Amino acid sequence: MQFMLLFSRQGKLRLQKWYVPLSDKEKKKITRELVQTVLARKPKMCSFLEWRDLKIVYKRYASLYFCCAIEDQDNELITLEIIHRYVELLDKYFGSVCELDIIFNFEKAYFILDEFLLGGEVQETSKKNVLKAIEQADLLQESPKKTLSPIF
Amino acid sequence: MVVPSLKLQDLIEEIRGAKTQAQEREVIQKECAHIRASFRDGDPVHRHRQLAKLLYVHMLGYPAHFGQMECLKLIASSRFTDKRVGYLGAMLLLDERHDAHLLITNSIKNDLSQGIQPVQGLALCTLSTMGSAEMCRDLAPEVEKLLLQPSPYVRKKAILTAVHMIRKVPELSSVFLPPCAQLLHERHHGILLGTITLITELCERSPAALRHFRKVQILRLLRILGRNHEDSSETMNDLLAQVATNTDTSRNAGNAVLFETVLTIMDIRSAAGLRVLAVNILGRFLLNSDRNIRYVALTSLLRLVQSDHSAVQRHRPTVVECLRETDASLSRRALELSLALVNSSNVRAMMQELQAFLESCPPDLRADCASGILLAAERFAPTKRWHIDTILHVLTTAGTHVRDDAVANLTQLIGGAQELHAYSVRRLYNALAENISQQPLVQVAAWCIGEYGDLLLAGNCEEIEPLQVDEEEVLALLEKVLQSHMSLPATRGYALTALMKLSTRLCGDNNRIRQVVSIYGSCLDVELQQRAVEYDTLFRKYDHMRAAILEKMPLVERDGPQADEEAKESKEAAQLSEAAPVPTEPQASQLLDLLDLLDGTSGDVQHPPPLDPSPGGALVHLLDLPCAPPSPAPIPDLKVFEREGVQLNLSFIRPPENPALLLITVTATNFSEGDVTHFICQAAVPKAPLRLKLRLTYNHFHQSVQEIFEVNNLPVESWQ
Repeated sequence: MQFMLLFSRQGKLRLQKWYVPLSDKEKKKITRELVQTVLARKPKMCSFLEWRDLKIVYKRYASLYFCCAIEDQDNELITLEIIHRYVELLDKYFGSVCELDIIFNFEKAYFILDEFLLGGEVQETSKKNVLKAIEQADLLQESPKKTLSPIF
Repeated sequence: MVVPSLKLQDLIEEIRGAKTQAQEREVIQKECAHIRASFRDGDPVHRHRQLAKLLYVHMLGYPAHFGQMECLKLIASSRFTDKRVGYLGAMLLLDERHDAHLLITNSIKNDLSQGIQPVQGLALCTLSTMGSAEMCRDLAPEVEKLLLQPSPYVRKKAILTAVHMIRKVPELSSVFLPPCAQLLHERHHGILLGTITLITELCERSPAALRHFRKVQILRLLRILGRNHEDSSETMNDLLAQVATNTDTSRNAGNAVLFETVLTIMDIRSAAGLRVLAVNILGRFLLNSDRNIRYVALTSLLRLVQSDHSAVQRHRPTVVECLRETDASLSRRALELSLALVNSSNVRAMMQELQAFLESCPPDLRADCASGILLAAERFAPTKRWHIDTILHVLTTAGTHVRDDAVANLTQLIGGAQELHAYSVRRLYNALAENISQQPLVQVAAWCIGEYGDLLLAGNCEEIEPLQVDEEEVLALLEKVLQSHMSLPATRGYALTALMKLSTRLCGDNNRIRQVVSIYGSCLDVELQQRAVEYDTLFRKYDHMRAAILEKMPLVERDGPQADEEAKESKEAAQLSEAAPVPTEPQASQLLDLLDLLDGTSGDVQHPPPLDPSPGGALVHLLDLPCAPPSPAPIPDLKVFEREGVQLNLSFIRPPENPALLLITVTATNFSEGDVTHFICQAAVPKAPLRLKLRLTYNHFHQSVQEIFEVNNLPVESWQ
């Protein structure tokens, strides 16, 4: 995966995870163009589109668009699964997640993503393990004096 | 008074409370000023909160570079909260173009070596997200150590970090290859997953839920291992067949696995049976109610249609159904695939579907659909009449979207089907009478009416309902085209010439035509004016030749195989063929002058290549030539010498006046930066078989060059 963007129906960016090195200017340009392109899609259209030399996989969950850019040889259908899994993780963590949760707790959204994907690849297939890791990290944040048991 | 800094959530509330963009900007600028001050003061307690706020406004698009150094400080802190936000900031604000990013290398190194897993996790995550090549080289040993540590949590992250490092610094493969064998024996899914990814990356630079994620990755790896590898491919055949048949497709995850299987089968050298299986899986996908699945199916089938044509053919009806998709990206793929599936046995049925599609398809697909239909019609037309009908239909439905050569092709086609002249001219007349706006159609119709006007008026045609047309109607229609503002200049040219031709085809007197011709003699359009003046002259001064000049055209040769040629009745017809044309009886020189003039102007009509002036008598009939003019098949040029930018080309011409002669032109070109001086080229030509011996001497790049060589590979066409 090259990058993942989350944005609202008004085109406001809620999360940006870049797995390829690009300048701030380039990121802004890509974001702007891609957001425009995806928002212009009609509801009945399929979740895949070709954009520049990348494949874009996107899915809308309520008021948020989850948008991933993958390379030519990647499997689109599995990317949809990845997006879905991420949403499930957010849902489990926040309890019935909605856009506001992601707005007000954007760092947590990043932390969860970083336990699920690493360097653009899936690192953990077990939902349980991902959430456990987050839990441990949260605990560590709250009471740094406490010694932790190994996560697994 | 020290104002306590805003909490992150409070800031977010405030920003969201802003009613206008300007207000938002104000709030943010004010806060950023506070944050800057706080950074300057070096407040360690709230630093993480300040950075978090900064990261939020950064996401909204505001500048945040002044927070870069703060990331470093936070990462170096011993508090986990600080590190968490600090690393996040590093991933968002630092990038490898700025030297600042190197400063975190040391912190990462420290964090990797100390034993707290979440901290190691943060460091690895950051390294794998924004680690530059230099950082990767520096930290490779640390990551390597972590690969074989006891904690799976850290190991799986280390493995994927290794993947990133190899992508950045391929030489590191040697570092990370050895541990792989051991890692493959691990039972932890995360580790296995990572390992397979690593191996995949190692084997060939590229990239893999409980069962489903893992299966896909393994298949991906197989795909890469089996590519171009006969033996591995064979052993995989059974495995792939098994996976394909045993996967549960009730959920999308299952379909994803199946799709990966298909991709694998496509990539490796699989048995024919397996490929058919892949095609059938895709065929089933086409029937899936989920349009995403239909999309990947269409895309993949397009890749397979050349290599596994007959297998894909079996799914043709389903593919054609997909033309009706509402989603344009699907219907576009369905169109491409449908066109690829047309063959001589299904052409009639397919064309029907495609014509129907043409009528209702979205505008951006129209041009492709039209040209696709025309191309397929050309390749597979069962009969000429069907072909003509098809082109006619395309021109009527999507006339403005067809390519420029459609007109030429259609006139060529009609011209070559003598038995269909009456039919064609009637159909075209009817079409024209209904609508004169579609330019390609109008042009062809005008040409046909001009050529075969007599057949139009003759009344009987078995294939079409009898049509009673009288001369005045025909003339009126052409005049309408001539006067219409919708007609392009080229179209008007066609109409004018057609009118002129009718002066010999119709029975009535030519006053009306003469009138039109004389009016257009003062037309502002130079092209039309010129024609009109010439036609007028024809009436006034050369009336005795008018009939001969306006006779029906002989069939014009096109590039490409010509099925049959009709030699039109004419006194001085030249039989056109691929070889040099047979010279004909010379014409009166005045006539040639007039015709050369006409041919020169008519050359502008459809941008054909300039007419070769010499193929003599054939020009008698070449009024209004829409197609490429006849010429002897040109002999291809030949490059015979190349050295350091100096090139020698031979080009061949047979002068038509003397076909026994072969003129060879030697062209020497210097593409290099250095001058070539004292260039001498000598040629010797032994009589038979035709060979050429060349000797070159010249100075180039301060060296004197001498080359002697023989040219043996003269093109076939140059031989006698």
